[in-house]
Amino acid sequence: MNLDAKIPTGSMAQKWDKHRFDLKLVNPANKRKYEVIVVGSGLAGASAAASMAELGYNVKCFCYQDSPRRAHSIAAQGGINAAKNYQNDGDSVYRLFYDTVKGGDYRSREANVYRLAQVSVDIIDQCAAQGVPFAREYGGLLANRSFGGAQVSRTFYARGQTGQQLLLGAYSSLCRQIGLGKVQMFPRTEMLDVVLIDGHAKGVIVRDMVTGEISRHSAHTVVLATGGYGNVFYLSTNAMGCNVTATHRAYKRGAAFANPCYTQIHPTCIPVSGDHQSKLTLMSESLRNDGRVWVPKSQDVAEKIRRGEINPSGIAEVDRDYYLERKYPSFGNLVPRDVASRNAKEACDEGRGVVGSGLGVYLDFADAIGRMGEDVVRERYGNLFDMYEKITGSNAYQNPMTIYPAVHYTMGGLWVDYNLMSNIPGLFVIGEANFSDHGANRLGASALMQGLADGYFVLPYTIGQYLAEIGPDERPSEASSEFGGVEESVKSRIDKLLSIKGKRTPTSFHRELGQIIWDKCGMSRSESGLNEALEKLPALRQEFWENLNVPGENGSLNQSLELAGRVADFLEFGELMCRDALQREESCGGHFREEHQTEEGEAKRDDENFSFVGAWEYKGADSTPQIHKEELTYEEVKMTQRSYK
Amino acid sequence: MGKDLNLKLKVWRQDNADDHGRFEEYGANGIDTDMSFLEMLDVVNEGLIEDDREPIAFDSDCREGICGTCSMVINGVAHGGQKGTTACQLHMRHFSDGATITIEPWRATAFPVHRDLVVDRTAFDRIQQAGGFISVRTGSVPDANATPVPKDDSDLAMDAAQCIGCGACVASCKNASAMLFVAAKVSHLSLVPQGQPERERRALAMVEQMDKEGFGNCTVTGSCEAVCPKEIPLDFIARMNREYGRALIKRETSS
Ligand SMILES: Cc1cc2nc3c(=O)[nH]c(=O)nc-3n(C[C@H](O)[C@H](O)[C@H](O)COP(=O)(O)OP(=O)(O)OC[C@H]3O[C@@H](n4cnc5c(N)ncnc54)[C@H](O)[C@@H]3O)c2cc1C
Ligand code: SF4
Ligand code: FES
Repeated sequence: MNLDAKIPTGSMAQKWDKHRFDLKLVNPANKRKYEVIVVGSGLAGASAAASMAELGYNVKCFCYQDSPRRAHSIAAQGGINAAKNYQNDGDSVYRLFYDTVKGGDYRSREANVYRLAQVSVDIIDQCAAQGVPFAREYGGLLANRSFGGAQVSRTFYARGQTGQQLLLGAYSSLCRQIGLGKVQMFPRTEMLDVVLIDGHAKGVIVRDMVTGEISRHSAHTVVLATGGYGNVFYLSTNAMGCNVTATHRAYKRGAAFANPCYTQIHPTCIPVSGDHQSKLTLMSESLRNDGRVWVPKSQDVAEKIRRGEINPSGIAEVDRDYYLERKYPSFGNLVPRDVASRNAKEACDEGRGVVGSGLGVYLDFADAIGRMGEDVVRERYGNLFDMYEKITGSNAYQNPMTIYPAVHYTMGGLWVDYNLMSNIPGLFVIGEANFSDHGANRLGASALMQGLADGYFVLPYTIGQYLAEIGPDERPSEASSEFGGVEESVKSRIDKLLSIKGKRTPTSFHRELGQIIWDKCGMSRSESGLNEALEKLPALRQEFWENLNVPGENGSLNQSLELAGRVADFLEFGELMCRDALQREESCGGHFREEHQTEEGEAKRDDENFSFVGAWEYKGADSTPQIHKEELTYEEVKMTQRSYK
Repeated sequence: MGKDLNLKLKVWRQDNADDHGRFEEYGANGIDTDMSFLEMLDVVNEGLIEDDREPIAFDSDCREGICGTCSMVINGVAHGGQKGTTACQLHMRHFSDGATITIEPWRATAFPVHRDLVVDRTAFDRIQQAGGFISVRTGSVPDANATPVPKDDSDLAMDAAQCIGCGACVASCKNASAMLFVAAKVSHLSLVPQGQPERERRALAMVEQMDKEGFGNCTVTGSCEAVCPKEIPLDFIARMNREYGRALIKRETSS
């Protein structure tokens, strides 16, 4: 397997400029002869589809929602980073680059990250020109806030709905191109496989989710912008439909899957309230700017709280443990996400959790309200407090919030080179679906930046190189045997899912899978736990294919069938995650191996042996996948152990 | 843990756009008051599948009140009648034990039913495609701070831009008018300086498409505002009428 990252030569600051000059250009008159498929209409997909259509390519764009505007990106709350230095507080492209490499715990590719920081500034300009109503100061200029513990204020935001506003901006550009006939949009359409011809990605097989019709679409090139796989955990902050199907199917056709074990657990989510729980809700990270995290010092007191015998307000200061402030005096409640999450788990594992299930800690605003008054707190966080009350029925001005970590983002994804092309020629991967920029841990407000960087400013250039190389005549016929073969396999799988007629629902399998992955490959992982998961998963998968019940048929809207297909892929993919977590005998970023920690219980990296990207090659249903390594070298940023003490 | 409820559901079932459809009744027992409304339906659906019956089809995705996917009329009110709340954010603690709950799809000619509670809202997308944008090409834009926007304008634009495109306004309107939805987008883009060059074109194009899609006329009954989960105020409809009037005058004087 060829994992040449194709990183341009030259100094870090000049690589992207030089590369753009070196890239072949497609003759403007020829652009309209090319067909491009974009799967996904989130920030990455919508921005890419619109920008490529503007350039003159003919684009087909697919999404599973009923409208491209509803892609999961819509839910992002906090903001988007950019090295604008509008606040004159010492930010720069270099600083954003440095922070991102460090935040990723030295497991990302320097050149990609540098480019991300470079184009970040263009994103804000683009979005403002689309009319995105970013927060502003009284002088009419853009406002910023500091986010996720960054020491500069580089985060742009639109109230608590930044993802929504950025996506609606990209969607409006997409709409314009649909209106002009340059993009053909296929909503409620699920991509179920990718078609390769002579080793190049040349099309997809999709299912119309209303009629069940399976169809073939050929193109010169295929772009996957299908988001992350957090729902392998069943419960996550992702939207219900988020799935691994597109990237997993591509993996099974030969695309390398990189770092699948790198997942991000967000520390401030509303705790699970019962077995019925269908998804988890994030409470913005910004709450940690003013809220104080604590649990009781003793298990007895915690037990009484859990039984509802005492209220948190009745617990004296001396009996409280503000564990983040205690353990990390310089960062306190603002330690990075992985550190905050792990510490919450530890407190609850010690029996000091404060909700019925035992899995929850306090995020307390009493001091903030005392200091600034309730009105100021309301102004800052009012919408979040309202949302909290809607879901839990509890008023966070009067009682502390309860929070617990939840799966939020997946840093792993399909392997791509500097051009965002996977190891399959013609298959490009952008946004959360690729692995490229965040290493082992993503910084807050950097996913929106990456999705839009890829879609607006990187892919439209780099795809030209591939298209110029293959020439405009290459588009294969949909009648070819390759299309026929893949379509056949898609259809027979659907028939299989419908014909098992066993006893269990797709959701029950999904829930059981999620529990295994959460327990064994979640916030902390161990060799024995991962091996246990690797034993349980094949058995669960076997039961799935023997005992699943999907009512109804393929010929109409059938949500059980859609879910069953996704769960089938998650069941396979979960195993790959565990395998990756097992081979990575170190702790880094979101990947915490119990065997590899410092004496104080912090993550311990092993740079000598593990500063590589682990990219997995599918070897067939009955063989173990094979890992390939892309070594990471750091020219600019010196590797150090993170410390937040 | 919340308390448990036993409920009776009357749910609209319809196999496809051509089917006449009918109400069917289901029991929903042991429903925890901490559940969301959609989680309650999940529980009912799990039971149906276990009995080898087809589950109730309904749309949802984010379940956080932001994507605009969920869409159902609960006891006669779009999204169920909790102020500023989508169906996915409605929780069972607002229902009492023993209650009967009626659940129907959005009903409007412009939103044909796909199945059960799932409707086709692509008419909204086509309205956006007609003009709900600012024509800027990627890359050909000035520095973001080169165009200051007064904070009040920007805040008001944001109030309008919050629309999640759910269609509750249409579902609640006796005329099935899409005015609140269109007004929100027209207002958002006409309030920011970047939107000025296409201001008239946009208002005309979006209104024209809205009419083509078969949405009814607005008679300002205000039922849309009452159910809108983002509390988009009727003021924006007045603003849009001004925008539209202005655009008509401009078109006449320039032709
Ligand atoms: C609650 C929440 C809050 C967040 N807040 C922030 C924040 O403040 N700042 C930040 O930077 N990041 C944030 N993130 C992360 C960020 O939102 C996502 O990483 C990012 O939006 C992903 O964008 P995307 O375009 O890659 O994918 P998505 O937006 O997930 O889009 C995926 C697209 O692919 C389509 N698709 C998927 N599978 C298929 C298939 N098989 N067939 C057809 N179509 C398919 C979907 O329909 C969709 O259109 C947040 C995430 C969550 C969950
Ligand atoms: S105006 Fe309100 S009710 Fe209508 S689509 Fe927008 S958010 Fe939904
Ligand atoms: S499911 Fe997204 S708004 Fe209800």
